[in-house]
Order: sequence, then C-alpha cells, then structure tokens
Amino acid sequence: MIYYDKVTKFYNGGRAAVEDITLQIEPGEFVSIVGHSGAGKTTLLKMLFAEVFPTEGAVYFGSREIAGLSDKELLELRRSIGTIFQDFRLLPTKNVYENVAFAMEVSGRTDEDIQADVPHVLDLVGLSEKMWNFPKELSGGEQQRVAIARALVNQPDVLIADEPTGNLDPINTHDVVEILKKINDLGTTVLLTTHNKSVVDNVGRRVVTLELGRVVRDDKQGKYIL
Amino acid sequence: MSSWVTTKRVARYGLIGFIRNGFVSFSAVLMMSVTLFVLTNVIISDAAMNETLRQLTEKVDVNVYFATNASEEQVMNIKKALEALPEVAIVTYTSREQALTEFRERHKNDQLTLQALDQLTDNPLGASLAVQAKQTSQYENVAKFLEAQQASQDGSAISKVNYHQNKTAIDRLSEIIDTSRKNGIAKEIVMALSSLLITFNTIRLAIYTSRDEIGVMNLVGAGRWYVRGPFVIAGVLYGVISAIVVLVLLYPVLLFYPVLVGLDASSEVLFGSFDSFAYYVDNFALLFVVLTAVGMGLGALSSYLAVRRYLRS
Repeated sequence: MIYYDKVTKFYNGGRAAVEDITLQIEPGEFVSIVGHSGAGKTTLLKMLFAEVFPTEGAVYFGSREIAGLSDKELLELRRSIGTIFQDFRLLPTKNVYENVAFAMEVSGRTDEDIQADVPHVLDLVGLSEKMWNFPKELSGGEQQRVAIARALVNQPDVLIADEPTGNLDPINTHDVVEILKKINDLGTTVLLTTHNKSVVDNVGRRVVTLELGRVVRDDKQGKYIL
Repeated sequence: MSSWVTTKRVARYGLIGFIRNGFVSFSAVLMMSVTLFVLTNVIISDAAMNETLRQLTEKVDVNVYFATNASEEQVMNIKKALEALPEVAIVTYTSREQALTEFRERHKNDQLTLQALDQLTDNPLGASLAVQAKQTSQYENVAKFLEAQQASQDGSAISKVNYHQNKTAIDRLSEIIDTSRKNGIAKEIVMALSSLLITFNTIRLAIYTSRDEIGVMNLVGAGRWYVRGPFVIAGVLYGVISAIVVLVLLYPVLLFYPVLVGLDASSEVLFGSFDSFAYYVDNFALLFVVLTAVGMGLGALSSYLAVRRYLRS
C-alpha cells in the first residue's frame, strides 16, 4: 500500500509543487495521474522513489515512512520499484542486454538468474532480436520497451511510468499501454502519469486529476477530464 | 551479494566503460601522460644534480707536498699519523720518482719543458700525499691537523698544503649547483602541479558527460560502489596506461637526448658525466613502480572525487 499523508512540497521559493495531498493506493491498483504541465504529477511520483522528499506531510510505502529509511533501505526501496520515463533514461554505453542486466546486478542477483531472466523479459517486450544493440541504434518505441524490460526484470511491487508515451507515435503508445495493462493484470501496482487522453480512456481504471498541486478529482473508473 | 561478485561486476564495467568511451579515455590518458612525463623529468633531473654534486665533492682532496729534501721516513710518519685520524678515508703516497714520471707523461708534447727538466741534475719534485676524507665537511679538520703538524719535526718537511685554494672554488661550484637544483625543482613542481590540475579536470569532464548515466544508476537502486567503482577502475586504467606510454616514450627520448641538444665533452666537464639513459635503464623498476603508483592514485582519486558530486542518497 502507498499512502500520501497531507503531503506538501515547496521547491526553492515559489508556490507549492504539490499541496496537502492525501492519497491512498492499494496493491494491484492501476492509477492514472493526469493534469496540466506543472500540476505536480512528477513530484508526486518522485517522492515515491525518494528523489525528492516532502516539505510537509509523509509518504508511506507499506508500513514504512520513506523519509525515515536508511541509505541501504532506500536502495532496496528503489530496487522494488520499477521506473519508466518519457526520456527512457537508458545507459548509453551499455547494450540492451546490459541495460536490463544492470538492474538485476545491483539487486544482487546471481549470474545464472541474470542469464536466464534477461532474454526472457526482452522476449516479453519483443526485443530479443536487438539484445546486443546500443540504445542509440534503437527507435524511440524500442528504447521505451528496453526501459520497461529493465523496470520489470526484478518483478517489482510497483511500476512507476512517468509520461512513458510522451515521445512515442500512436502505434508504439498503444503497445506500451497494452504492456502496462498486462503487467497490472499480473498483480503489479502501476502508477501512470500522462497527458494523453486516449491512453487514460483506453486504460479505463482509477484516474486522479491534479490541478496546481491539488487533487481535484479521484474517480474509480475515470476518464480524462480537464 | 558476495563482495567478490560485486568486485567482478564493477571491474568488468570499468573495463567496458574505458573501451566504449574511447575518445574520453584517449584524452584522459594523454593528459595524464603529460603529468607523468613532467614527474619523470623531476625525478631524473634531481638525480642528475645529485650525481653532479657527488662527483664534484669526490674531486675534493687535500694534497700535502713535501720538500725535496724530505726523507721517506718523514713522509711515511705523516702518512701514518693521517691514517690514524678517524675522518680520513684514504691516503695515497706519490714518491718523488713517481711524481717525475707523471710530470713527464703530462708534458710529453711539451719539448721545451722536458728539455729544461733534463738540464737539471736533480729531481726537482718532492713527494706528496693525497688525502681523502670520509665526508666533505671533515677536510677542515684534516687541514688543521696538518697545520699543527708543520710545527713538529716530521711536519717541518711539509712545503705546502693546498686545501684552501681548492676549497673556495669547490664551495662556490657546490653553491651554484645547489641553487640551480632548487630553482629547477621549484619550476618542475609548479609544472607538475598545473598538469595535475589539468588531469584532474579532464577526468572530471569525462565524468560530467556521464552524469545522466550516474542518475539512472541511482534510480535503479545501484549502491554507491556500484556507481563509483567502474569510474574508479577506469581512472586506474588511465594511470597504468599513461605510465606505460611514458616509460616507452622515454626510451628513445633519453637515448637520443644528448644528440638532439648537442651535449658534448665540454658540457660533461661542467655538469659531470650523468647519463640519464643509463639512469633510466638502471632504475627502470623504480620508475615503473613510481609512475604506475602515481598514475593509478591520481586516476582513482580524481574519479572518486568527481563521481561523488553526482552521487546522492
């Protein structure tokens, strides 16, 4: 369970990026977070993998408050959360196989596990053929699928997808959304932020709408309404 | 996870990163080679100055000249007395006959002098003793001892002790060498420091280009050493390769250096006969250890500090 308890975040000066947000996300949910640019969607997600910490309030992952975790526990938290971004964030000097294997290696998995799981997960996202290519040799859609494979390979409890389709054409967008739905069907909690109306409507699950850092709508079977 | 597995993975990624970032590695190696080259210069020129100073001080001795009528017994008594001094290393005796033979040998091309010598009925040269002290600073005592001896019966046969005129010249020469050595080293140290800073900055820039990558590593939960390790390994590799590059380059440079700058016999008189190529060959192991250690240390430290900037908890 993820729980945001009256969370407010100020960056240096200015208005709050998110303000007094209370939000509960149950295991296995698929939550789409929508809102204009600057509405606080990304800040909300970043708090989950401890890239930013709330100025007021607290974020809980399970029973633990994230701000209270030790360095070691933070690493474990990050390893139990898969992340996908609009700009893919692959390691440019590593090939597809190594990019995915890296996430397993830092989690301390054995070489045997890595050799077995990496080809399997790449097969799942349809990239078996490109295993030895470098990110710059792939299309945007393919790079995003590598990022998804990397996020999935450790079988995380939660998958965070921050604008994953922002750089993709409609066909690739459709593929990525289908993969996310499949992952959710297998029991992984998925948090998705997006600008894309058709993506949200296609998913057809819970939709949280943010405006100027506040939650203005939270619908169980939502549509994209702004 | 066992630390052996981590070490293995970190080392592998360090090596892979070094190879795949070929151009960055090339410029880092280039800059570090310049640093190590300057460092080698410091080491070799210091050794050269030391050697020259040593050769000069070795030339210092005290010569005791005896009157022509001094008996061999008198000379031998003084020799024994000198040898009994704790400061004295060697006393070399030159008899009157030897002195004459050496004089003739030195002037064999000077017919006039030889003819003049032949006119004399007696050998005009007296016997002499050459005294070498164990340390340069002890000559003063030896000279004082000899002065005191001149009052004694055996000592009355001494006609001249040449310590003082040699001393002034040698003191001045040592001073010149010592000053130029200090100046030289100061300049070298400034150069070494500036190339050190350039190397450090080159590595920082290399890592700056990888800052997004470091961010991604943090994001997927890589521990500090998982992120930092490969960069430190790459830094160590820059050092090792630079050390090898410099040692290989030094071979032809030192071999042809005397020819290139036109060193000849006259400069050898002034600067002593220091052979930097021979020094390089004799001290190859030492140079290898020093350059590799400095290179590795510099590379690893630069990488360590540069990555620290982009690591967050």
